[in-house]
Amino acid sequence: MAFYVVQFLTGLASAASLFLVASGLSIIFGVTRIVNFAHGAFYMIGAYIAFTLTERFSGAFGFWGGVVAAALAVALIGVLVEMVLLRRIYHAPELFQLLGTFGLTLMVEDLVVLIWGPDDLVGRRAPGFKGAVDFFGQNIPSYDLFLIVLGPVVLGILWLLFQRTRWGVLVRAATQDRDMVAALGVNQKWLFTSVFAVGVFLAALGGALQIPRDAVHHAMDLRIIVEVFVVVVIGGLGSIVGAFVAAVLVSELNAFGILIFPKISIILVFLVMAVVLIVRPWGLFGKPEAAARKTPGLTVNPWRPLTSNERLASLAALVIAAMLPLFAGNYALTVGSEIAIFVIFAVSLHFLMSVGGLASFGHAAYFGLGAYGVAFLAKMAGLPMIVCLLLGPLLGCMGAAVFGFFAVQLSGVYFAMLTLAFAQIVWSIAFQWVSVTGGDNGILGVWPASWAASPSHFYWLALGVAALVTIALRIAVFSPFGYALRATRDSVLRSEAVGINAKRIQWTAFVIAGTTAGIGGALFAYLKGSVFPDNLGISLSVDALVMVLLGGVETVSGGVVGAIVYKALNIWLVSQTDLSKLVLGGFIVLIVVVFPKGIVGMLEILAQRRRKSSPPGSSLLAKPIESAE
Amino acid sequence: MSVAPPLLAVEGLTKSYGGIHAVRGVSFSLRSGEILALIGPNGAGKSTCFDMLNGQNTPDSGHVRLLGEETTGKKPRDIWRMGVGRTFQITATFATMTVRENVQVALISHGKQLFNLWGSAPDVDRAEAGRLLELVGMGGYADRPCGELAYGDLKRLELAVALANDPKLLLMDEPTAGMAPRERVELMRLTAQIAKEKSIGVLFTEHDMDVVFEHADRIIVLNRGTLIAEGSPAEVRGNPQVQAIYLGEGLLYEAGHREGASA
Repeated sequence: MAFYVVQFLTGLASAASLFLVASGLSIIFGVTRIVNFAHGAFYMIGAYIAFTLTERFSGAFGFWGGVVAAALAVALIGVLVEMVLLRRIYHAPELFQLLGTFGLTLMVEDLVVLIWGPDDLVGRRAPGFKGAVDFFGQNIPSYDLFLIVLGPVVLGILWLLFQRTRWGVLVRAATQDRDMVAALGVNQKWLFTSVFAVGVFLAALGGALQIPRDAVHHAMDLRIIVEVFVVVVIGGLGSIVGAFVAAVLVSELNAFGILIFPKISIILVFLVMAVVLIVRPWGLFGKPEAAARKTPGLTVNPWRPLTSNERLASLAALVIAAMLPLFAGNYALTVGSEIAIFVIFAVSLHFLMSVGGLASFGHAAYFGLGAYGVAFLAKMAGLPMIVCLLLGPLLGCMGAAVFGFFAVQLSGVYFAMLTLAFAQIVWSIAFQWVSVTGGDNGILGVWPASWAASPSHFYWLALGVAALVTIALRIAVFSPFGYALRATRDSVLRSEAVGINAKRIQWTAFVIAGTTAGIGGALFAYLKGSVFPDNLGISLSVDALVMVLLGGVETVSGGVVGAIVYKALNIWLVSQTDLSKLVLGGFIVLIVVVFPKGIVGMLEILAQRRRKSSPPGSSLLAKPIESAE
Repeated sequence: MSVAPPLLAVEGLTKSYGGIHAVRGVSFSLRSGEILALIGPNGAGKSTCFDMLNGQNTPDSGHVRLLGEETTGKKPRDIWRMGVGRTFQITATFATMTVRENVQVALISHGKQLFNLWGSAPDVDRAEAGRLLELVGMGGYADRPCGELAYGDLKRLELAVALANDPKLLLMDEPTAGMAPRERVELMRLTAQIAKEKSIGVLFTEHDMDVVFEHADRIIVLNRGTLIAEGSPAEVRGNPQVQAIYLGEGLLYEAGHREGASA
């Protein structure tokens, strides 16, 4: 019995940090409507700076002062980030803000390694809380008890701050209707900046307080951000009480899940999140959000199929790409194959995101399922490659059919979070169900058949499939189904009023996108000769998002161009510099701020300007496989 | 000998929210080719009533029948499939698609081509879409992105979209709200003309009394959830209760209260 009580208390202690970080994210979202992906990064910097300060200054004052000073320092960094970066993108679509803050996260990951080195850092214990308390023969670290008390105290302080101060009233008002608050003469700029500072302060404090419990390392940002997303989604975005309750719930699920279901402990949390989102899509304590009204006067270049000239140009680009084996070595061909596979992956997400308006944050799940499908068929059933390639993606298709059914019941940020949760469930299964998936060791020895074994043959295979998939999806965009899908994206209300079952259309699109991603994953398994849980991990999902946004989400061929540029740049950077994340992150931030329409969108604007000054028909830069449109 | 059911028959429609009776026992009917205006002051229950007809809201009790067939409890899309077109108070269109594509989507849906993944949508019902756009005077705008249109043009586009399934009944929620006076008259004249030609029944809510009295064949008046008057424009105009609501509202309302208080 005592053991379970101790386990419960450990869970409560873990909840404290989680609550601090989650409440910060929630406050920032409530007012600025930005889902701050960099929140995990601020948490991490908080831990690192606190580590340095508490090592430098001795004594109780050195420790506690260091923790608070670290949080304040990071809040200052947050203010800088808000003023320099976020202020420029408040009016961008919400995905761009997510992408921008993700770029920031990448940069921070490399920066902390640069400053503090790659090794785990073990900080010192908190003065006054070094020992443990005996509880019926079980030991509880006294620091845990401190954290258990701290959580409700912070909740109380935040409550007072929001109920009793002028600033708090403004924040609550802005959370309900920020345009109205602006109309009442409140300086929105500084309100947003201060809110961001408070949110970041909480994140950094959460990180700093973790020092005595956990080692500081450079991957702690991704781990916490996923958990924090789960917490705010369960609690309800924008609700601080919700964040507290959900933080406790998630921490207890973690604490007891490992006892009761050691095999599926990670899944448990995401399963609860999925259930909450389906039953109460706006979270336990959140409020249903009024459907965001589309900005009036919004204009997008009308989409049109390629003209015959553009088709010829695309064909020419494809032919040139197909001639690569004539002059390139094996390494270049392997890179080429990988790029072609990522084109498949990117266009599949692009179809869902651009055409359907459904930004999946867990698209790698279906890519990875396709890869595992192939691995199972090849290794366990011993089927030949061609059969595996045809049947493997069906696993992605089935996954998309099941998860997509639930996901399309939601929209916007909540859709993104639910798809992320589903992807984490799949990842957990791959990671924990060792007897079937091999766990972390993956499944090795998935080699292509002899007809596709040489790098040039495999390259042609990947290129051919990529071209077919791209063409097929492009036909789908301009098919009646594509029109219907765009209709549901633009206005569900109007779609339903002209007899369209919006959810069924979106579900179908989800399955198409998932299956296509599965095709990419199937090829990827053969390219690498192995399958790992990383093939369905979060970073791969984010890669797909970046590729689509980089290419241009409002364009038809953005997925293709984005995949080629991003993947090529990524591979090249990794080979050239140890700081690839820093450069890539900086590049993403630059794109978000300077070219929010993406590469293809930018080219379209250039082409329009030129068309006005020069006769039409002057073709743009030829791009591989597809031309701009 | 059985009498053919009316196009639209509403019987005892009731809806309350908590203790507030938004709509109480409203009954009326509508014939093909007839233009019926539903009027009443703010908060009278017009929108609630309207939403129960188009399937966005379900009544607590009462029935809505279209040509004898029950529509209560059906989804908006199913009611559309029964031959009911509608326009919104605040226009709802597909903002990133062109004007023609907006109409084509409705035609694709009407032709049950929604899950066709292979066809070329730009060619689907292109002529028919053009014809509908000509009908509402939007022929020249076919290739314009919908997001660029002026508000009055969006209203006309909505009318074209609403006509795409060859409806028997048009539901128009404040069709002229937000339009310039001249545009209002034109849009309603156009609607009336199309309704008469195709023998479509039209039910619309409206605040502009000039529009109502000029174009409605018949008017029903809602106040605080109940139907208080019904009749031709002339009859409704002469109804003292309606006059009280629309002309002397503030004064009479207060007087009524005082009487109630002293009684």
